[in-house]
Amino acid sequence: MQAMNVVVCVKQIPDPAAPPALDPGTKNLVRAGKLILDDSDAYGVEMALQLADAAGGGEVTLVSMAPNGETSGLRTALAMGAAKAILISDESLAGTDALGTAKVLAAAIKRAEPDLILAATESSDGYTGTTPVQVAELLGLPSVTFAKKVEVNGDSVKVERQTEAGYDEVECPLPALVTVTAGVVEPRYPSFKGIMAAKSKPVDTLTVADLGIAADQVGAVGARQEVTDVAEAEARSAGEIVTDEGEGYARIIEFLEQLKVL
Amino acid sequence: MSVDKIWVLAEVTDGAPITTSLELITAARSLGGTVEAVAYGDDTASVAAALGAYGVTTVHDVGDLAGSLPGVPVAASIAAAVEAGNGPGAILFPATYDGRDIAGRLSVKLDRPVLTNVVDLTEADGGLVSQHAIFGGTQVLSARFTGEGPQIFVVRAKSFAAEPSGGAAAEVVAAPAPDTGASNAAKIVSRHVEERTGPKLDEADVVVSGGRGLGDKDQYVLIEELATLLKGAPGASRAIVDAGWVPYSHQVGQTGKTVKPTVYLACGISGATQHMVGMKNSKNIVAINKDQDAPIFSVADLGIVGDVHKVLPQLIEALKARS
Ligand SMILES: Cc1cc2nc3c(=O)[nH]c(=O)nc-3n(C[C@H](O)[C@H](O)[C@H](O)COP(=O)(O)OP(=O)(O)OC[C@H]3O[C@@H](n4cnc5c(N)ncnc54)[C@H](O)[C@@H]3O)c2cc1C
Ligand SMILES: Cc1cc2nc3c(=O)[nH]c(=O)nc-3n(C[C@H](O)[C@H](O)[C@H](O)COP(=O)(O)OP(=O)(O)OC[C@H]3O[C@@H](n4cnc5c(N)ncnc54)[C@H](O)[C@@H]3O)c2cc1C
Repeated sequence: MQAMNVVVCVKQIPDPAAPPALDPGTKNLVRAGKLILDDSDAYGVEMALQLADAAGGGEVTLVSMAPNGETSGLRTALAMGAAKAILISDESLAGTDALGTAKVLAAAIKRAEPDLILAATESSDGYTGTTPVQVAELLGLPSVTFAKKVEVNGDSVKVERQTEAGYDEVECPLPALVTVTAGVVEPRYPSFKGIMAAKSKPVDTLTVADLGIAADQVGAVGARQEVTDVAEAEARSAGEIVTDEGEGYARIIEFLEQLKVL
Repeated sequence: MSVDKIWVLAEVTDGAPITTSLELITAARSLGGTVEAVAYGDDTASVAAALGAYGVTTVHDVGDLAGSLPGVPVAASIAAAVEAGNGPGAILFPATYDGRDIAGRLSVKLDRPVLTNVVDLTEADGGLVSQHAIFGGTQVLSARFTGEGPQIFVVRAKSFAAEPSGGAAAEVVAAPAPDTGASNAAKIVSRHVEERTGPKLDEADVVVSGGRGLGDKDQYVLIEELATLLKGAPGASRAIVDAGWVPYSHQVGQTGKTVKPTVYLACGISGATQHMVGMKNSKNIVAINKDQDAPIFSVADLGIVGDVHKVLPQLIEALKARS
């Protein structure tokens, strides 16, 4: 057994329960309020803690890019048991696209020299779904996406990767990047002790310049894409609503007959 | 910035191009210019006719990947063509497991941004504009690239209808991947195929989906039985996928499949925006829910306010009696 260092990418997002909004000027998602740990990343954090445990030690480091020096979501993940965090927060990052985000995350991850990098298959708010693979390519590392089971054996990782027809068993030498699907593990609730300990765990806050990334690689300029329009989608209207009093099934059959499905 | 050559990733399963790739080829045809495909696998030549029938003139064949996951080698092959000056103006990827990997890898190799979750593509001012369903499909956002191409789009299934053009078999050109070193080290050691009877979820004419309202895992047989009787496919909300009742491949919605069947039956599903974004373009929607205020009723053509444990067994019995 050898100690293993795992980096988990964790995104801090606006509370999904609150109605989302776009800034009318920039057409970017409004991220002004308090941010929380993306549920999708709680699986990665849990997985990292379990894998480090199984390897007989090692450290779990969080990496997050978020506005306004936000650490609420990071504290949640630190309370779960991660050892430390790197936060990249910089005004110039507003409007950054997935590729720009990947450039920032990759530069920060490099500093942690991980054996394994975990991320979610896609975030809950932007769900572009390409950021992790872009990180892997920037670091010149192999990646396995859509993992539904992850096992580390010495210096390689074995993954059950979701496919259209079932799953593939994939083997990959470390260091590597793996993205995990929702539900792979049961994320633990932070204990009171964990919450208290999290308050004093180190969060290293960096700027884009600290990472040696040129300003034109990030932000709206780096994105090289623009929103041209936002419109209401065509609404679908409700049809006939029937209360079932024992004949509901017959109405369905009649409807299917009309459609010639039966 | 007109786009006169478009490439489409042609994913192949069971010896045929997947429907989403054919949908993208059809869309590419209407956006003008030449349509070419990128394919990989041990027998790409056998799909040259099928791709030609949808308007593809040339297939760039990456060849057998020798167990590698497609992301790295296929992206490397495309990048090599672009660097040699033979690349397209735009590349369309189906939003599949492999499509997303290849698009992400390519984006870095070429240092080009990506637009993902595209649900429509149109031409405007000589360039391409993509549409994206946001906020659970309540709003449609349009976007476009402002920099140099090739433009990389990852498009969701069912965004276009696949229509053949009657073209001749495409010419197959070998496009092997250059050496990609350590990044290509992930290898498939075995494949596991879950048994499925009946049509695929995203190709079925009838989809019967179950949600948390079923009560527990054992009740999902009602969904399977009804789907079989209607020659359809069983689907699910994320709630019951996360609960482990059914595999992820059954999930309909934002983080699952997009379906557009003739009839979608939602049984014990509330109709969260993230679920609806994956099914509300179905031609007809039937919902069974015991709560008359469930949001799913706002999109249903026929809504039955009732208990799935009563309505589904009656429906199944009645259908069995007919056959
Ligand atoms: C509705 C909407 C649509 C968008 N469409 C596009 C688009 O088509 N193309 C594009 O380039 N950008 C797009 N964006 C912008 C994009 O969301 C941001 O660039 C974002 O910073 C990264 O993308 P994501 O959250 O979509 O990441 P995903 O690729 O979905 O993220 C996957 C995982 O990567 C990790 N990760 C991602 N971001 C961070 C972070 N900041 N810190 C730590 N870990 C992270 C997390 O583990 C996350 O779960 C869109 C944004 C919105 C709101
Ligand atoms: C980022 C993100 C992505 C997501 N992606 C998806 C996605 O891809 N797909 C998806 O489905 N969800 C997705 N969700 C989850 C979504 O928000 C909902 O939580 C989920 O769809 C709810 O599933 P449900 O309708 O089965 O359960 P519930 O919302 O719990 O609804 C159960 C329904 O069953 C009804 N019911 C209960 N008992 C009975 C009975 N006996 N007879 C009839 N009706 C009954 C209830 O009235 C209720 O309406 C996502 C969420 C997030 C945050």
